[in-house]
Amino acid sequence: MNELFEVVITSLQVSGISLVIAALMAIPLGAVIGLSNFRGKKLVLGLVNTGMGLPPILVGLVVALLLWRSGPLGFLGLLYSRTAIIIAQTVIAIPIITAFVMVGLQKIDPELIQQTTALGATRWQMFIILVREAKLALLTAVMAGFGGIISEVGAVMMVGGNIKGDTRVLTTGILLETRMGNFNTALVMGLVLLMISFVINLTLTIIQQKDSRQ
Amino acid sequence: MQRITLYSLLFALYFILSSCSRTASNHQILLATTTSVQDSGLLDVLIPAFEKASGFRIKPIAVGSGEAMAMGRRGDADVLLVHSPKDEEAFMNEGFGQSRQLIMTNTYIIVGPSQDPAGCLGTKSATEALAKIANTKSIFVSRADKSGTHKKEMSLWNKASITPTGTPYIQAQSGMGAVLQIADEKKGYTLTDRATYLAFKSKIALKIMVAGDTDLINYYSVIVPNPNKFPKMNLKGAESWADFLLASTTQKVIAEFGQDKFGKPLFYPALTNE
Repeated sequence: MNELFEVVITSLQVSGISLVIAALMAIPLGAVIGLSNFRGKKLVLGLVNTGMGLPPILVGLVVALLLWRSGPLGFLGLLYSRTAIIIAQTVIAIPIITAFVMVGLQKIDPELIQQTTALGATRWQMFIILVREAKLALLTAVMAGFGGIISEVGAVMMVGGNIKGDTRVLTTGILLETRMGNFNTALVMGLVLLMISFVINLTLTIIQQKDSRQ
Repeated sequence: MQRITLYSLLFALYFILSSCSRTASNHQILLATTTSVQDSGLLDVLIPAFEKASGFRIKPIAVGSGEAMAMGRRGDADVLLVHSPKDEEAFMNEGFGQSRQLIMTNTYIIVGPSQDPAGCLGTKSATEALAKIANTKSIFVSRADKSGTHKKEMSLWNKASITPTGTPYIQAQSGMGAVLQIADEKKGYTLTDRATYLAFKSKIALKIMVAGDTDLINYYSVIVPNPNKFPKMNLKGAESWADFLLASTTQKVIAEFGQDKFGKPLFYPALTNE
């Protein structure tokens, strides 16, 4: 039971941090791409959308190759640590969130932008207004990003190593218990994972739907 | 907009780097080991005892023997605990290891369906049993993943001068538990270590067909990689772990492991007079 608690906390920590970092990077990125017009915009859109479908295990492999002791970033000593998992999960989540934000912001009425600029809003103020307008899309983006990383097992296994008390999360824990034949334990962990995911998504949905009629 | 993105990136970078593990790298030991050792639960007993006694922190990465030695060749592990003798010899001969010491053994067994279509129940020789399986074209499920178990299986086929092919030879490329379940579903034979079989016994219908052949002994060794090739490795930690495994108290723990759960030990220590 103690072990299960440990694993749950680790899962929440790494996924939570990854999600926050990814959102901080991806929301501005998606906003910039979605709102500006430039040559090659369609190409960039295409690339981001491809990034959404990027196989997480490939991300795991590339991160592992970079962080191996014998790899270019090996001197950092980051492989098989929570930091490595956060790196991999952030990379997985960024294209997902960016894609949703891009699409969500494209639907904003361009007149709103003109009016706000005419009223003398700074870029930062503009950004806040747009975020409020696109709240529905942004929260969907965050939920999609969360879904992508809380369920990830292959990449987390590769860069984390599934070390007890350190880098074992719910998904890799399920894998281990299944491999050992402890199917009941694996199922329990699966249910816990599902419940956590539901609670978090429900909370985000409530925030999303609040005052959406303004 | 660009400034926000820039600041966000810088902040994120700082956040990542600052949550780096504070443990000094010479207190950490990266142990590349096999899934059979981890799945048996033995490491969960040995590692805490070692960490308490030595002050080191061990990070056990359980992959197959093949991958563990590949990690060793790249210098990505501080110490190896594997069970693939021929590969280990090659590893040592090529100068990648400083020392290799046998720490324990257990046994492989050939398991199969109770109907026993190949008629190998009770066969004394493993190679003879494999020949019977091949001749009757009975289903055999292989690990096919370059693990220690897979290498042992291939060496047995080799000794019997048989190249297993065709539909009855299923190359599962999976862990031992999964392979046992596949063999159970398909009512086929497979080579397994006794420990994993015992762990899955209540979930499958396979029975022990062949056991006790000296060919079926499974040798586990600890390898300390060569510090001349890998100056960044934690040599002190690796040697400390190797010494711990060979200490008489640890060997005793290994001898008693599994007795309470399974009624018989899962591993046999290398250094007792038995």
